[in-house]
Amino acid sequence: MSAVATAGTVPSLWTLAAEPLEAPKIEYGQLSPVIIVLGVAVLGILLEAFLPRRVRYGAQLVVTALGLVSAFAAVLGLAVTGHATTKRAVVGMGALAVDGPTLFLQGTILLVGLVSVFVFAERRLEPKSQTAHVDSFAAQPAAVPGGEGEREANAAGWTTTEVYPLLLFAVGGMLLFPAANDLLTLFIALEVFSLPLYLLCALARRRRLLSQESAVKYFLLGAFSSAFLLFGAALIYGYAGTFAYSGIARVIGNADRQTTAVLAETAGSDALLLIGGALVVMGLLFKVGAVPFHMWTPDVYQGAPTPVTGFMAAATKVAAFGALLRLLYVALEGLRWDWRPVMWGVAIVTMIAGAVIAITQTDVKRLLAYSSIAHAGFLLAGVIATEGRGVSSVLFYLGAYSFVTLGAFAVITLVRDAGGEATHLSKWAGLGRRSPLLATAFSVFLLAFAGIPATSGFIGKFAVFAAAAEGGATPLVVVGVIASAIAAFFYIRVMVLMFFSEPKADGPTVAVPSVWTTSAIAIGVVVTLVLGVFPQYFLDLASQAGVFVR
Amino acid sequence: MESLIGLLVGFPLLGAAVLLCGGKRVDRTGHWLGVLLAGASFVVGAVLFLDMLGKNADERALHQHLFSWVPVESFQADVAFQLDQLSMTFVLLITGVGTLIHIYSVGYMEHDERRRRFFGYLNLFLAAMLLLVLADNYLLLYVGWEGVGLASYLLIGFWQHKPSAAVAAKKAFIVNRVGDAGLAIAIFLMFTTFGSFAFAPVLSNATEAGEGKLTAIGLMLLLAACGKSAQVPLQSWLGDAMEGPTPVSALIHAATMVTAGVYLITRSGAIFNAAPDAQTVVVVVGAVTLLYGAIVGCAKDDIKKALAGSTMSQIGYMVLAAGLGPIGYAFAIMHLVTHGFFKAGLFLGAGSVMHGMNDEVDMRRYGGLRKYMPVTFVTFGLGYLAIIGFPGLSGFFSKDQIIEAAFAKGGTQGWILGAVTLLGAAITAYYMTRVMLLTFFGEERWRQKTPSADAPSAEPAAEVHGEHGGPHPHESPRSMTIPMIVLAFGSVFAGGLFKVGDSFVHWLEPVTQFEHGHPPVSAAVVTGATVVTMLVGVGAAWLQYGRRPVPVVAPRGSLLTRAARRDLLQDDINHAVLVKPGEYLTRGLVYVDSKVVDGLVNGTAASFGGLSGRTRRLQNGFVRSYAVSMFGGAAVLVAATLLMRAV
Repeated sequence: MSAVATAGTVPSLWTLAAEPLEAPKIEYGQLSPVIIVLGVAVLGILLEAFLPRRVRYGAQLVVTALGLVSAFAAVLGLAVTGHATTKRAVVGMGALAVDGPTLFLQGTILLVGLVSVFVFAERRLEPKSQTAHVDSFAAQPAAVPGGEGEREANAAGWTTTEVYPLLLFAVGGMLLFPAANDLLTLFIALEVFSLPLYLLCALARRRRLLSQESAVKYFLLGAFSSAFLLFGAALIYGYAGTFAYSGIARVIGNADRQTTAVLAETAGSDALLLIGGALVVMGLLFKVGAVPFHMWTPDVYQGAPTPVTGFMAAATKVAAFGALLRLLYVALEGLRWDWRPVMWGVAIVTMIAGAVIAITQTDVKRLLAYSSIAHAGFLLAGVIATEGRGVSSVLFYLGAYSFVTLGAFAVITLVRDAGGEATHLSKWAGLGRRSPLLATAFSVFLLAFAGIPATSGFIGKFAVFAAAAEGGATPLVVVGVIASAIAAFFYIRVMVLMFFSEPKADGPTVAVPSVWTTSAIAIGVVVTLVLGVFPQYFLDLASQAGVFVR
Repeated sequence: MESLIGLLVGFPLLGAAVLLCGGKRVDRTGHWLGVLLAGASFVVGAVLFLDMLGKNADERALHQHLFSWVPVESFQADVAFQLDQLSMTFVLLITGVGTLIHIYSVGYMEHDERRRRFFGYLNLFLAAMLLLVLADNYLLLYVGWEGVGLASYLLIGFWQHKPSAAVAAKKAFIVNRVGDAGLAIAIFLMFTTFGSFAFAPVLSNATEAGEGKLTAIGLMLLLAACGKSAQVPLQSWLGDAMEGPTPVSALIHAATMVTAGVYLITRSGAIFNAAPDAQTVVVVVGAVTLLYGAIVGCAKDDIKKALAGSTMSQIGYMVLAAGLGPIGYAFAIMHLVTHGFFKAGLFLGAGSVMHGMNDEVDMRRYGGLRKYMPVTFVTFGLGYLAIIGFPGLSGFFSKDQIIEAAFAKGGTQGWILGAVTLLGAAITAYYMTRVMLLTFFGEERWRQKTPSADAPSAEPAAEVHGEHGGPHPHESPRSMTIPMIVLAFGSVFAGGLFKVGDSFVHWLEPVTQFEHGHPPVSAAVVTGATVVTMLVGVGAAWLQYGRRPVPVVAPRGSLLTRAARRDLLQDDINHAVLVKPGEYLTRGLVYVDSKVVDGLVNGTAASFGGLSGRTRRLQNGFVRSYAVSMFGGAAVLVAATLLMRAV
C-alpha cells in the first residue's frame, strides 16, 4: 500500500532525474574578483590553523592585502575590457550580473576593504603586552570578559588574527550583493557578508561587554530582517514563479508568464507582489540603516571595535545600496509608481530623523552613526531619481562617502585616554590646539559630511539632489537641503569644540599611530579633496557605469 | 610683431615678480632691474610704434590672442591684446614717463630701506596699466583696472608707518571701489545687451541697442571713470593720495593712472556717441571738476596738494573734451599726453624741492629757491609755462583745442562750456603762478624761525642729511634732474609737434573718429581770449603774491578760501551724506539681526534641540523595542505600498 501511495508522488522525482543534467556554465573570468577574495579568505583560515601564532599577523596581512589588490586588479581588468559597458552580461546561470554598477561598486568595496585592513593592522595604539604589540581586537574572544582566561591571553600578547579572513569573507559577500541578480543569491550574499560582520562586532579588546552586546543586537535584528527578506522573496516567487530579476520584471510587465500548476492560483496576484516587494526592500533598508529600521545602527556602531565600525559603515552601505538599486531598477522597474511614493516617505523620514537626533548626541561614534542614517536618506533621494542620473549620482556618492567615513573612524581610533578610545565629545575639546594636524584631518571629513564645497561630500550631495530634482522630486530636495542644514550644525559644533575650546587638563592624548593608520587617514583626506576639487573624471566614470544589464 | 605685445606687459610683470618674491637677495640690485625692465618695455613699445608708422592708417591695429580665459558656452572671456593707435599712445606715455620716473626714484628713494619693494610695486603698476590699455575686451580691462587700483593703494600707503598714509591708501581704495562697481555693472549690462564684452562686437553693434540701455552703460562707465580719474563726485581721494612718495604722485596720480577714466570714455566712444544723455552728464562732470579742482588748487599751501587739485582740474578738461564726442576725443587724448609730460615734470620738480628742503611741503616755508636749485627751477618753470598755456608750449596747443571744441559744441551749451573752460584757464594760470612765486621767488622764508619750524615730518630727513638746523636747499642728484630735463623737453615741444599738420588728430582718427568742430566765433578769437584770460590769471597772482610779502603762517582767509582749503568740504559732505546714514543703517541692521533674526534662528535651533532630545529616548537599548519598531515599520511599509496601489 504504502509503496503504491509513494509511487503516486515519487514519479515526478524520477522523471526529473531522468532528464539529462547539464553542467552549469561558470564564467570564471567575470567572477574572478569574488573567487579571488573568497579563495584567499579560505587560505586565511588555513593559515590560522597551521601557522604558529607569532607569524600569523604578518602572513595574514600580506595574504589579505594581496588578495584584495589582485581582486581589484581583476575588477579593473574587467572594466577596461568593456565588461562594464559593451560586454555587460548575466553570468553564473543567471545568478549574478556583471555590469557597470557591479564593477564600480566592487571596485569601491575592494578599496574600502584594503584601507580597512590598514586600520585593522594598527598595533601601536594599545599599550604593549609583555611579549608583543597588540591591536584593537580581543586577545581571546572566547574567554569570559574580565575572567582568568582573558588575563592570561592578554599577558601572552595574543591577538585575534582571524579578523582578516573574516573581513575577506565579508568583502566576498559584499562583492556578490550588488551583483546578485536573483532573490536567492541576494539572500545568500546578504548572509555571507552579515555573519562575519556580527562576529567582528564582538571582538573589541576594550569594553568587551558592550562589544558583545552590540554583536548580539546586530545578529538578532539582522536575523529578524533576513526573515522578512526571505518571506518577501517567497511571496514574489508566488507571484512570478521565478526568483530571477529579469523573470520578475517580465512578469510585472505582463510578458510571458510560465507558471507551474502549483502556482496557478497565486500567480499574478498583485497583493503578493506588492507585499513581497515591500518586505524585500525592507530587508535592504535595514542594511542601509534607513528609518524606521535604523535602531541597530547607533548601538552597533558604538559597541563594535572602531576599525570594524569604519569598515562596516563604509562597505555595508556601498553593497546594500548597490543591491537596492538593482532590485528597484531591474526587478521592480515596472512597479516604479508603487514604490516611489513609499521610498519618498522613507527618504524624508530618514533624512530628518538622522539629522535631528544627531544634534543631541554626546558620543562621537553615535554621532557618526546618526550622521550615516542621514546620509542613507540623502542616498535614497538619489535612488528615487530617474534612472541614468540617479544611479550614477548614487554610485559617486557611495564612493565619496565611504572614504570619508573610513577616514573619520580612523581618526577616532587615535584619540585615547586610559580607558581606551575617548569617544565622549566633551573630551575632544581643544583637540585642535594639541594636535592641529589630526583635528584638521577630522575637520576635512566633517566638512565633507556636511557637504561643504571643495570636498567630495558637496559634489556627491549636489549630484544626488540634482538627479532627484531632475526626476521631479523637488520637495525631497528641499527637505534634503533643510536636513543638511540641520546636520551642518553638529558637524560644525565638533569643529568649534576642537578648535575654539580650551583643552581639558585631563583630556585624552592623541596616540602616535604607525604608518598604517596614518596612510588610511591620508588616503581619506586625499580622496575627499580630490573628489571635491577635480570630480569630473569620477563623475564621468560613474555616469558611464550607471547602466544595468537586464 | 603681434607676439611682441605680450612682452610689453610681461617685462614689468616679471620685474614685479622678481622684486616682490626675491626677498633680500635682490635688495642691492633690484631697483636697477626695475628700471631695466621698464626701459625694456619702452623699447618694445618704440619698436612696435615704428612698425606701426610704416603701415597704412587702417591696417595699424594689431591683435594677439594669448589664451581662452573663461570659455563657458556664450560667455567667452579671452586674454587677448589689441594694439591700435589709441593703445599705442598710452603705451608710449606709460612706459616712457614710467621709465623716467623709475630712474628718478633711484635717487629719490635712495635712503629708503624698502626701496626694492617700492620698485616692485612700480613695476606691478606698469604691468597692470599696460594690461588696462592693451586689453581687447572689457573684462581684461577690468583686471588691469583693479590691478592699477591695487598698485595705487600699495604705493599711497607705502610709508605705512605714517597713519595718515595708511588712511589715505584706504580712502583711495574704498572710493575707487565705488567706481569699480560701476565698471562691473557696465560689463554685466554689456553682456546682457550684446552677449559679449569684447571691444569689437560691443562697439560695432552699439547703435543697435536701445538708447536707454546705452545710457545706462554709459553712466556706469562714467561712474568708473569718476572713481579712477578723481572726478566729482568721487574726487575726494586724490588729494590725500599725495601721502605717497612723490614719484608715485607723478607717475600714478598725475601722468597715467588717473587718466584711465579718459581712456575708458574715449575707448567706449561708440557707446557715448549713441547715448547723448550720458554724454551730457560726462560734459557736466568734466566742467564741474575742472572748476572744482582749480579752486581747490588755489587754496592749498601744500605744494603737492596744490598740484593734485590742478591734476583733477586738468583731467576735468579731458573728460569734458571726451564728452563732446568726435569733435573732442582726439583733443582729450592730446591734452592727456601733454599733461602727462608737464604734470609729471611738475611733480618731479616738487619732489626735487622737497628733497632739498628736508621734505617740507608747505610752500609758505619756501621762497627764493631759484638760486639754489637752478635745474629744478628751469624745468619746473617750463612745466609751469606749459600748463598755463603759454603760447608755443605744449599745454597751449592742447588746451586751446579743447576750449575751441567746447565753444563748437554749439548753442547755449557751447557758450557755457566755452566760458567754463576759459575761466578754468584763468584760474589755472592764477594758482600755478602762485605755486611758482611762493616756491622760487620772493624772500627766503625758510630762514625764518617759527615755533612750528621743526615739523615732525622734517626730522627723519634731517637725520639723513646729517643736519640739525634749518633746511639747506641744494640741487638734487643727476638721477633726479635728468628725468626732469627730459620731461621738460616734452612739456615744451610735444604740443607743437602734435599740432603740426594736425598729425596727432590724424593719427588717432581711425580709432576715435574725428569731426571738425566749428566754434561760433573764429578760432583766432578763441585763441586770443585764451591768452588774455591766462595773462589775467598770472597778473592776479602777481598782485597777490609777487608784489607783497607772503606770511609764513596762512591768514584766515575768506569763507571760500577756508572751504577750498578743506577741499570744498568734500569730506564733510561725504561724511554727512554717506557715512552717517551708513552708520545708522548698520546700527539698525544689527538691531534687527540680534533681536529678530537671532531670535528666529535660536528659536528654531532650540525647537530642533528639544525634538532631538525627545526622539532620542526612543533609542532605549532594548532589542525587543527595536524589533517592535522594525515590525511596525515593515507593517507601515507594506500598508503604504498597498495603499498606493489602492489610490
